[in-house]
Amino acid sequence: MERRVVITGMGIYSCLGKTLEEVKESLYNGKSGIIFDPSRKEMGFRSALTGNLQVPELKGILSRNQRVYMPEEAKYAYMATADAIKNAGLDPEYIEKHEIGLLYGNDSSADAVVKSVDTMRNKKDTTLVGSGAIFQSMNSTVTMNLACIFKLRGINLTVSGACASGSHAIGLGSLLIKWGLQDCVVCGGAQEVNPFSVGSFDGISAFSTREGEPTKASRPFDRDRDGLVPGGGAATIVIESYESAIKRGAPILAEVTGYGFSSNGDHISVPNVDGPSRSLEMAIREAGIDLRQIGYVNAHATSTLVGDQNEAKAIANVFGDYKPEVTSTKSMTGHEMWMAGASEVIYSLLMMQNDFIAPNINFENPDEDSAKLNIPAIRVEKKFDTFLSNSFGFGGTNSTLIVKKFKL
Amino acid sequence: MEKQELILQINEALAEEFEVEVTDITPEANIKATLMLDSLSLVDMVALIENTFNVKIKGTELTSILTFGSLYDFVYEKMGNK
Repeated sequence: MERRVVITGMGIYSCLGKTLEEVKESLYNGKSGIIFDPSRKEMGFRSALTGNLQVPELKGILSRNQRVYMPEEAKYAYMATADAIKNAGLDPEYIEKHEIGLLYGNDSSADAVVKSVDTMRNKKDTTLVGSGAIFQSMNSTVTMNLACIFKLRGINLTVSGACASGSHAIGLGSLLIKWGLQDCVVCGGAQEVNPFSVGSFDGISAFSTREGEPTKASRPFDRDRDGLVPGGGAATIVIESYESAIKRGAPILAEVTGYGFSSNGDHISVPNVDGPSRSLEMAIREAGIDLRQIGYVNAHATSTLVGDQNEAKAIANVFGDYKPEVTSTKSMTGHEMWMAGASEVIYSLLMMQNDFIAPNINFENPDEDSAKLNIPAIRVEKKFDTFLSNSFGFGGTNSTLIVKKFKL
Repeated sequence: MEKQELILQINEALAEEFEVEVTDITPEANIKATLMLDSLSLVDMVALIENTFNVKIKGTELTSILTFGSLYDFVYEKMGNK
């Protein structure tokens, strides 16, 4: 028999806040976390807009021999995961006795790679790269660090699915639990924020150049959008079987009921309508619900011309004449990329817990496709029991999650 | 550079990088035990010495450097002192 998958903890480190409470307040007030970073201009960036995030100081919290293997994104992930594990009531003694898994989305570690290559080129001596470089440079840096720090002994795997990485991590974790292969999995997504990690995106003109108005630059679904704004940080949720949660008396925050996925099998950067549509349909089918039960859709919409347009078409196709509120929290956070699928589950869950839908800020005028959706530009006070969260990535990878309030 | 000054500089650099008390570093003390080095972080000590004092320690040389005293002697000699 398939098991139910519940969420028992969450933690986040984002440009909207460093605690769940801070993030909830930012969402409620439609507060943007986007800034202009002058140092990017000095590096030749076309757009110097970015999510506003400080790398946490872990000296005094973790030893030197733990920190030396951690790049920026692993530090964000540590902060988010420490909170999530604490909120889930997972203490070291329980963790030691159970095989708790770890599936985390990450798809780059550019800063570490650039720095070690610079050292090799300048010094012509590989020893000077240091012991941390290899562990910081690998895509799996987040999971290798978290697994060692938190002593996790179940599945230990990084999910690299471009901007759907965090969402796929949660989806895959939910399948492992559903099928009885794991009882509890720590899932999430992390994204580095340094300029090296996004320079190539800037180079292909993916970013908004509305530099004079940083908080208005990310405008998903708006007619006058001109590109995305990069952001980052990390988001972690703890998922486990209902039986496991009950047995250890854990708080049950919600239930993951549907995971849908698909590949466009098409262009490497230009999304289509068919792939995302199939992902949405699969998630709804897997959740076994009537789509009219979905009270809120957290869109992937990144503020790019074609991406938002095709997602709007996909949502309109799937939902037909039923029009739940659709917003993109990227209007406030920018695009948190590898982290986004996980952070947006947390953003949506905070809204569901607190009976509101955060505004799709900067949505001033619809285009032909977004006009077919119900996109609130101001906060909506609304109780809802179920939300759907989309995440799509380069290469045409799509992931959709459906989460509902837990009921027996 | 006087040897005593070099010793102070080595001690300060190591204490800061490996987050130990400078008073724990004595000529007789074992380097790996004092700095809590494993085979990985030993590389960082070698890199620190090379970056700070421009003295390269080869793998074969490293095997005979067990105490801080032997490290001081090695670096001092490599800097042109006998």
